[in-house]
Amino acid sequence: MTVLLLEGYHGGVLQKLRKSRAKIGSIIRLTSKSGEVFEGILIPRSEYSDPTHLVLKMKNGYNIGISLDRTQKLEVIGEGEKPHFTKPSPPASHAGLPKVSIISTGGTIASRVDYRTGAVQPALTAADLASVVPELSSIAEIDTHILFSEYSESIGPTHWKGMAEEVAKKIANGAEGVVISHGTDTLHYTAAALSFALEGIPVPVLLVGAQRSSDRPSSDAASNLTGAVALAARADMATIGVAMHRDLSDHIIVAHRGTRVRKCHTSRRDAFKSINSDHLASYNLKTGQIELANEAAKRDRSRKLVLKPRFDQHAYLIKFYPGMNPGIIDSAVSTGARGIVLEGTGLGHVSGHLFDSVKRALKQEVPVFMASQTIWGRVDMNVYNTGRDLLNLGVAPLEDMIAETAIVKLMWVAAQTKSAGKIREMMLQPIAGETTSRTLAEAF
Amino acid sequence: MNPEGVDIALTMSMLLHAKPLDEVHVMRKVVIDGSNTTGFQRTAVIALNGSITVEGVEVPIEQVTLEEDSGRKTGDTKTSVIFRLDRLGVPLIEVSTGPVIHDPEQAGRVAFAIGRILRATKKVKRGLGSIRQDLNVSIKNGALIEVKGVQELELVSKAVGYEVQRQLALLEIKDELRQRNVNASDIKEEFVDITDILSGSESKIVQSTLKQGGVALAVKLPSFKGLLKRELTPNVRLGTEMAKRAVFWGRVGGIFHSDELPAYGIDSSGVEAVAEKLGCGDLDGFVVVADSLENSKDGLRAVVERAREAVERVPEETRAANPDGTTVYLRPRPGAARMYPETDVPPVQIGEDRLEQLWENLPRMPEELAKELETKHSLSSKLATQLVDSDYLPLFEEIVAQAKGVAPSFVATVLTESLRSLQREQVPVENVREDQLKQAFDLVSKGATAKESVLDVLKWLAFHPDGIAEEAVDMLNLRMLTKLDLENIISKVVESNQTFVQENGSKALGRMMNLVMGEVRGRADPRQVTELLRSRLEQVRT
Repeated sequence: MTVLLLEGYHGGVLQKLRKSRAKIGSIIRLTSKSGEVFEGILIPRSEYSDPTHLVLKMKNGYNIGISLDRTQKLEVIGEGEKPHFTKPSPPASHAGLPKVSIISTGGTIASRVDYRTGAVQPALTAADLASVVPELSSIAEIDTHILFSEYSESIGPTHWKGMAEEVAKKIANGAEGVVISHGTDTLHYTAAALSFALEGIPVPVLLVGAQRSSDRPSSDAASNLTGAVALAARADMATIGVAMHRDLSDHIIVAHRGTRVRKCHTSRRDAFKSINSDHLASYNLKTGQIELANEAAKRDRSRKLVLKPRFDQHAYLIKFYPGMNPGIIDSAVSTGARGIVLEGTGLGHVSGHLFDSVKRALKQEVPVFMASQTIWGRVDMNVYNTGRDLLNLGVAPLEDMIAETAIVKLMWVAAQTKSAGKIREMMLQPIAGETTSRTLAEAF
Repeated sequence: MNPEGVDIALTMSMLLHAKPLDEVHVMRKVVIDGSNTTGFQRTAVIALNGSITVEGVEVPIEQVTLEEDSGRKTGDTKTSVIFRLDRLGVPLIEVSTGPVIHDPEQAGRVAFAIGRILRATKKVKRGLGSIRQDLNVSIKNGALIEVKGVQELELVSKAVGYEVQRQLALLEIKDELRQRNVNASDIKEEFVDITDILSGSESKIVQSTLKQGGVALAVKLPSFKGLLKRELTPNVRLGTEMAKRAVFWGRVGGIFHSDELPAYGIDSSGVEAVAEKLGCGDLDGFVVVADSLENSKDGLRAVVERAREAVERVPEETRAANPDGTTVYLRPRPGAARMYPETDVPPVQIGEDRLEQLWENLPRMPEELAKELETKHSLSSKLATQLVDSDYLPLFEEIVAQAKGVAPSFVATVLTESLRSLQREQVPVENVREDQLKQAFDLVSKGATAKESVLDVLKWLAFHPDGIAEEAVDMLNLRMLTKLDLENIISKVVESNQTFVQENGSKALGRMMNLVMGEVRGRADPRQVTELLRSRLEQVRT
């Protein structure tokens, strides 16, 4: 318990603070060996910090770090307020609004900051959310559920399974739309996974994240969440999608199809782009208007949802680069690959020095597929000799499917069938809008 | 954090006798006017508790912080503000003095003294805005007002003076309102729609608002008659203060107040009708706003709030300085609550070694620096001091090191006295960039132009900021003549004065010299002219 009261402090400083009965939030006076006096509130310290400094917040709001080695005397001269978050009152419910379930998986899509200490507390309950994003309660009747709390990069097939099952449960309980909050880094992989795992979805399921955490005034968390909830509640579509900013301004939130979306920027708020297709729908934050932009299945509560939440991790995505060691393909095969997606150059090529390895894989009944590392565009392996050679070897081109969707699909397909031939067949068959026979010029 | 920025801040702290912290923590200070794209300014205390002595008086330096500069506002429309982002994120050092400055002139002297110390580091860039003064001004019974963006040192004492005057005027208004028995609660947020009264007026603002489906709203300000037009500082009235608030909070274009009406296309019958509809008595005033319903309401709410404050106190505000030293409302004054830790930047530990190294390399103070310049470059003590106090010392040193053919005293004179005299002649010398100055001296050093031509070149560049010095030299026909050119000119002059030359022999030199120099001034070295002329005259005689 003491450790929590002195969060982040360890070693000599922790001992000294304990001895002085100081706690986070205590008002402390430090007198240095040279007679300087510092006064302020004791602030938690980052876990990676050294054990020799302590941090005070001065009256004017600035934090300063003072070395213990230089300190003559440490006194607790008062008890400051502890960081606290008053519990907001539950939102006023508006009768007759559509029911939307929010499932939280991590990332702080919404959080509250204690400005005195800088402590950040995630806002996860319905009441918390309504206090942080009050618009929500006039858009939908919200229920919230914390499924788990993971960083985006730690999320994988087991989490996808958990999410798919939770979504099915929410829909069975009457949700007219589901919103899943999720860290943005792998948001599009999860979106693709759910697109395959939830067949015949009767209502929209929208994944949402924030490129800027909600402790920053430039945060897109609240606006993305508002847009996602509005689209989940009202848009006449029944698809898995990703709802994020369309551009830099807080104006339009767009829903991208889950199998055709990719994070294309490290930090911009409009990092998510529909690849090789138009987005599904948009929500205007100012007018509240929804526009459908792309053909998608319509809402139909009578449609039967079939849950197929299993994924096989013996699937590999291998990016080709000049000078690549072909052994990486052999190594994939030897670790039990049930399929390999090559992310080739341009129209779908890899260097001739990989051909032997590709041949060996195919010979061992490991299907090999081709997507392009150009991100946008369609593979066409009939244009150049290398492409034709690869086709002759038996490599299967994946049309205009993005590489990230391709690997997720391969994991899913591999869990649906034991046969290599069937894997190849299913990979080439559009299942959740992941390819189209025609890519429009405007889609770039 | 940029390590050089931290080093400079530490160096400045030492020069201001402030004690560096052991560990620097970066904070986010919320700024949501758009000048910081992140919505916060990152700022960190580097050192505390310093002091300097200005004319025998000790001035405490409470705090030295390292911050990031914000974007510069370059314009606005009714619904948007335009910022330039080229200054955004540039390290900025803030030096805060204690509240011990008691008169406007002293404020100016302290600002000058701090500027001088900062310049001693030779890291301060020249140019308007590179040193800015934020002034905190408070008077007895008044309020703490922060004046932002005083760019010129000369303006410090003026701005402080005006701010004192403004607060005194506001206190006078408060007393008068008290005498008129007004309480803050008498001023009500009761907004009356007067669209029908003004719909027939000739006011362009009202007409265009109505065309866009807007409204005209009015609010009564009981007992404010005559006070709205009361001047606080030149051209700033109580009505102006209300207008600025309405613009800030209500996004409206401005307000009309009863002390300035009839005017702006609203005639006396309109004024009377509005007063009647509001139920105004003889001593009552009112304010009108024409805009969308939402904006008008927000605007009038801000007006009511300002009017209530007028009854009770001088409100704490952050104000922006105008070029004449008067100020306008910028935004409410923020408190410590808008500060929270910046989690993207880990704390920086300032080790003993770093401090020691900076201590050993501490730049000399202005007086020492001037002495050193005197001996090293044989400058007069006046010129050396001027140089130290100017923004040009680092540039001077660069030029002197590079343009070896130019006397340092000449460079110093141009950079201090000559530029200033050009400025007095209304030449926009602030347009001349450092690289252009260097080019000009380079050309002299290489013998491409005479040193007498430098001022003309700089003048030309001031009016042609995109040009280069070479271009100026050519455009102004100031390029040095080659020996051959010079010989030809001399021959021509001598030939056309053949009789005189033959009659006067070697005594003809003086007159010939004048004639030749008349043609080649600025394009030839007089010594060379004398030499060539003398040998030419020899030739003629023999």
